[in-house]
Amino acid sequence: MRKAKGRVRRPDGKRILITGNEACGEGAVQAGLRFYAGYPITPQNELTAYMSRRMLDVGGTFIQAESELAAISMVFGATVAGVRAMTSSSSPGISLKQEGISYLAACELPAVIVNIMRGGPGLGNIAPSQSDYFQATKGGGHGDYHMVVLAPASCQEMLDFTRELFDIADRYRGPVMVLGDGILGQMMEPVIVDRRSSIDVRRESQTTNDKRQTTKSWALTGCKGRKPNVIKSLRLKEGELEAFNEKLEKKYDLIRKREIRFEKYRTEGAKIIIVAYGTSSRIGRASVDRLRKYGIKAGLFRPISLWPFPYEALKKLDKGNTKFLTVEMSAGQMLEDVRLAIEDKSRVHFYGRTGGGIPSEEAIVREAISYKL
Amino acid sequence: MEKLIFKKPEAMTDAVMHYCAGCGHGIVHRLVAEVIDELGIREKVVAVAPVGCAVIAYDYWNFDVTEAAHGRTPAVATGIKRVLPDKVIFTYQGDGDLAAIGTSEIIHSANRAENITVIFVNNGVYGMTGGQMAPTTTVGQKTATTKAGRNIRRDGFPIKISEMLAVLEGTTYIERTAVSSPKEIIKTKKAIKKAFGIQIKNEGFSMVEILATCPTYWGQSSQDACTRIEKELVKTYPLGVLKG
Repeated sequence: MRKAKGRVRRPDGKRILITGNEACGEGAVQAGLRFYAGYPITPQNELTAYMSRRMLDVGGTFIQAESELAAISMVFGATVAGVRAMTSSSSPGISLKQEGISYLAACELPAVIVNIMRGGPGLGNIAPSQSDYFQATKGGGHGDYHMVVLAPASCQEMLDFTRELFDIADRYRGPVMVLGDGILGQMMEPVIVDRRSSIDVRRESQTTNDKRQTTKSWALTGCKGRKPNVIKSLRLKEGELEAFNEKLEKKYDLIRKREIRFEKYRTEGAKIIIVAYGTSSRIGRASVDRLRKYGIKAGLFRPISLWPFPYEALKKLDKGNTKFLTVEMSAGQMLEDVRLAIEDKSRVHFYGRTGGGIPSEEAIVREAISYKL
Repeated sequence: MEKLIFKKPEAMTDAVMHYCAGCGHGIVHRLVAEVIDELGIREKVVAVAPVGCAVIAYDYWNFDVTEAAHGRTPAVATGIKRVLPDKVIFTYQGDGDLAAIGTSEIIHSANRAENITVIFVNNGVYGMTGGQMAPTTTVGQKTATTKAGRNIRRDGFPIKISEMLAVLEGTTYIERTAVSSPKEIIKTKKAIKKAFGIQIKNEGFSMVEILATCPTYWGQSSQDACTRIEKELVKTYPLGVLKG
């Protein structure tokens, strides 16, 4: 029997082995990304390389910019024109992008920024780290603003979260961040690559191939048939900036109500709860299993949205004498939010590794036992 | 019967400009608007305003305008143009924006042969922040940060961006003009029109550097400022087509 001619369609839901960086890029493409600008930096280079190839496939634009400052400003231009745009980098590069992120927030422009964290400060090293938590969740750039920050813990989530973040960015009109680390970026895992997009890409995004106009009425596309649009962040008139800041705060309040995400693992009856996100949460989960095997009632609380932080959900796990062990690949940054949630600092403990060190399951278990006893 | 022989371009709004008396920006704004009207592209234009005196150009222009972070103006224009290749995208930048903080962005946008137009207004000082030295400040010129005059040993040399960009293979058209007299203003308008025409024909990167007056921070009358351009500035920044 002759085989049917033509290309075989890749079935939806096919599992492929892929790095986290590539999964992130694929999630963006599925979300309708049509503009990517980046600058080489380890450990996120696979993402830039992947985008250079995939943007060709989908008729989008890939630019290797002269700097991170330029890359984020190119993204600013693309999103001003109404398409879905993204840039990615790692810690030192993200510091440079803070200028652009502040302007994106001030101009209410949707964009996705990916930070595959490495050790710092300074040039640091190229090992995985979680030491940009403050920068990501507490502002980073200048001025009163926030951005939704999601922390994936697997290659699958690198794809899923990135894809969904484009919707979140459009919904609230602002910059959002995927906060991963060098392990998540470079490790390979089987990922279900669902070719169907979560949104109607054609409706939301204009591509260079697609002559249909963007549906974003605020976008700058030439003022044919309408009054000119102006997108700016300078607000000099008396009271103008304060009124805008209040508008932003209202938006952030809405996000705090709607976009909080977290995961609980074996927290029922737990006397000690490990609080960890991203890569650390995977080690935390394994630690919980081992502690339970030892007869210690341990559980894991994993914030997924780092901003908005799930303060209330974490507080609910506090039975008055519950102990909390925050585990991070940093000197203790999320720790401050855990303390804000629990209030009783004497029951909030910390174990962290810095400079590219990774907390081991054994060390976490040892720490947990020492606080439990 | 009254006969209308002169009117405000459609590409300009009715807003009263904030510029100082004798400032060159108002003239250049109007020339850009006239060219846009004449080319019939008002509804196809997206402009990128700089940080500096011209930051609120969007109040004066009657078309789509956005505003970049200081110096990132050509990077923002790059993003817009790549997404909207059929639209006419231009940046309007001063010497601080383009020749100091944005040197990297202007060089690399030009080198990528981005099909955009750059209107570069060079008046040799930072006006918005109070008359400090610009990279284009001439040798010996007194500014808020060169009280004794620009000293090449301490402050370096006036930077000639147009000459620098002209040697790049990515640039198509570079011209330096001035708005110091009706004759030079007419030449400037022609250059702006040519620059936009090059973009419309998809021929690549075009830039017009315009020597403009800043009587306030030059400490001169409007008339003396125009004279300074024609007698002194042109020695450092010769007028004419540098490329194309």
